[in-house]
Amino acid sequence: MHEMNELSTFWFVTIGAIKVLAVFTVVMVVVAYMTLAERRVSAFIQDRLGPNRVGPFGLLQPIADGLKNIIKEETMPGTAAKLYFVLGPALAIMPAVVTFAVIPFAAPLPTPVGTVDMVVADVPIGILYILALSSLAVYGIVLSGWASNNKYAFLGGLRASAQMISYEVALGLSVIAVLLLIGNVTLTEAVWQQQQLGMWFILPLSLAFIFFLISALAETNRLPFDMPEAESELITGYHTEYSAMKFSMFFIAEYAHVVTASGLLATLFLGGWDIPFWTGDDMFRHETGWIRGFDAAGAPIPATPSVLITLLTLGAFCVKTGFFLLLYIWIRWTLPRFRYDQVMHLGWKIMLPGSLGYIMLVAGTMLVLDQLGVPFGLLYGGVLTVVSGITTLAFIFFVDRDRVIGGAHRKIKVARRHVPAAPKSPGGPAASS
Amino acid sequence: MTEIFFILFAVVALGGAVGVVISRTPIASLLFMVATLASVAGIYVLFEAHFLAAIQVLVYAGAIMVLFLFVIMLLNLGHDYRADLRFGLWSLLGFVVVGLTFGVLAQGFLDVGDTGFREDGAAVAAALDAAVQEQGVAGVIAEPLFTDYVVAFELMGLLLLVAIVAAVVLAKPRSRSGES
Repeated sequence: MHEMNELSTFWFVTIGAIKVLAVFTVVMVVVAYMTLAERRVSAFIQDRLGPNRVGPFGLLQPIADGLKNIIKEETMPGTAAKLYFVLGPALAIMPAVVTFAVIPFAAPLPTPVGTVDMVVADVPIGILYILALSSLAVYGIVLSGWASNNKYAFLGGLRASAQMISYEVALGLSVIAVLLLIGNVTLTEAVWQQQQLGMWFILPLSLAFIFFLISALAETNRLPFDMPEAESELITGYHTEYSAMKFSMFFIAEYAHVVTASGLLATLFLGGWDIPFWTGDDMFRHETGWIRGFDAAGAPIPATPSVLITLLTLGAFCVKTGFFLLLYIWIRWTLPRFRYDQVMHLGWKIMLPGSLGYIMLVAGTMLVLDQLGVPFGLLYGGVLTVVSGITTLAFIFFVDRDRVIGGAHRKIKVARRHVPAAPKSPGGPAASS
Repeated sequence: MTEIFFILFAVVALGGAVGVVISRTPIASLLFMVATLASVAGIYVLFEAHFLAAIQVLVYAGAIMVLFLFVIMLLNLGHDYRADLRFGLWSLLGFVVVGLTFGVLAQGFLDVGDTGFREDGAAVAAALDAAVQEQGVAGVIAEPLFTDYVVAFELMGLLLLVAIVAAVVLAKPRSRSGES
């Protein structure tokens, strides 16, 4: 088992095609059932039942919805710029369906023809690939908003572009803290380094996790950041003029982004497919073959991939990703929408300097630890956890006006209530009291 | 296989570049430019310069062009198009200069021929491969950037900062006019 057991070119192409098809299908099915889950969970949160008529527990509802959207009439506004109006949804969905390609979803699978990586494309630029493609997602939204020739759609498109540019910065900077600890940009390496550290990055990089979670919410235009489609102000924003399957495209794109963001959160901060408290699943492609660690002398210990480990790790990845999917729904149905100036304030005045300062802190701590010769392991992670934990608590204390989460049962102090200044954006509707 | 992709990307890049100049609306020009930038990124991938390709898409196609789009839409250009390309003496001069530059470049490329740009190309490539194996794709670019060229790098940052300050100063309403 020591040798690499590489795939031949023929099998590499064949299995690559199978992986592409399988991952695409699974993501699309998850997207379909995410819409059902959203409706059922929102119903649960609001003490309703939700759709439960089509099939057992409403499980066939996504199929019925899809069928409805395909059969419905496609409308085309007479004043729309036709080419861009059709191009918009296509541009929106393309980046959404290809970004999942670099996320590893299980330990490598041994097959008779060689050991197969459980990732569609283990490109050397990993996270940068995701950042690059998700930065293109804004085109679809902005273009369709502009092409609709409708002021609500147009305002939605403008808001979307401003918001996505703003939070891309914070997203990229929060990832840099993770990259410092990984020492590389590939996501397979991210999983491996978390196995080596003996803890998931959510502990040593807790503030980066918070920043990343917030930025990911903003990048996917999910509540509380759904300014581009705020119903009370903009009807439905950039997709106001869209109907049937073209409207569906935006929906699929949004949920596909959510699935990818959840997978990315699980990979970067919850160890990816790593099973906690068990080193038997540690596996990484080293020069000498698949290894599961280094012995005291620094020599690699070969690993033995097995079908059982692959299935178990796949399960672990699905559980973690599912948790974040649920968290996304949960946040959407419990938090109110931000005001637009609050979104910009949070992005530029809190997240940007905050994440920059945090990078300096993490880099400084790592420099000190490296100078002291602390090995990359539990102690290394522990020190970072303490430093990050204190910083995170200080950050929450600083940001939270009620000084660490007051909650509904808190005594209401009317005299001390903060009165927000008038919104600076011209022409915006006055905030209702 | 690589040649087919190279020709595909090259055609899209050149076609996009022509489209930028001749399309009638600013939005179309912008989309053509995005196509060109993305195709150039594709060519980088064919050269196995993945990092450069990602940065190209991330910075140019994903950030700068989105800002362009933002400005075009904010000023609401494109709904009332007026041709601003008039053919006169100056445009003739422009065509002559561009044509001459292109000719010189083409001459240079033809002189190089099939032998490659450098005599020691293979050795340089091998050294690069070793460095990539050692430091990763980002490391190979980052190391010289933050050691040998760090002054130039910081100066570039300073230049951008100056530009931002200048933009803020220009955009700031004058207090003399009384209006906000």
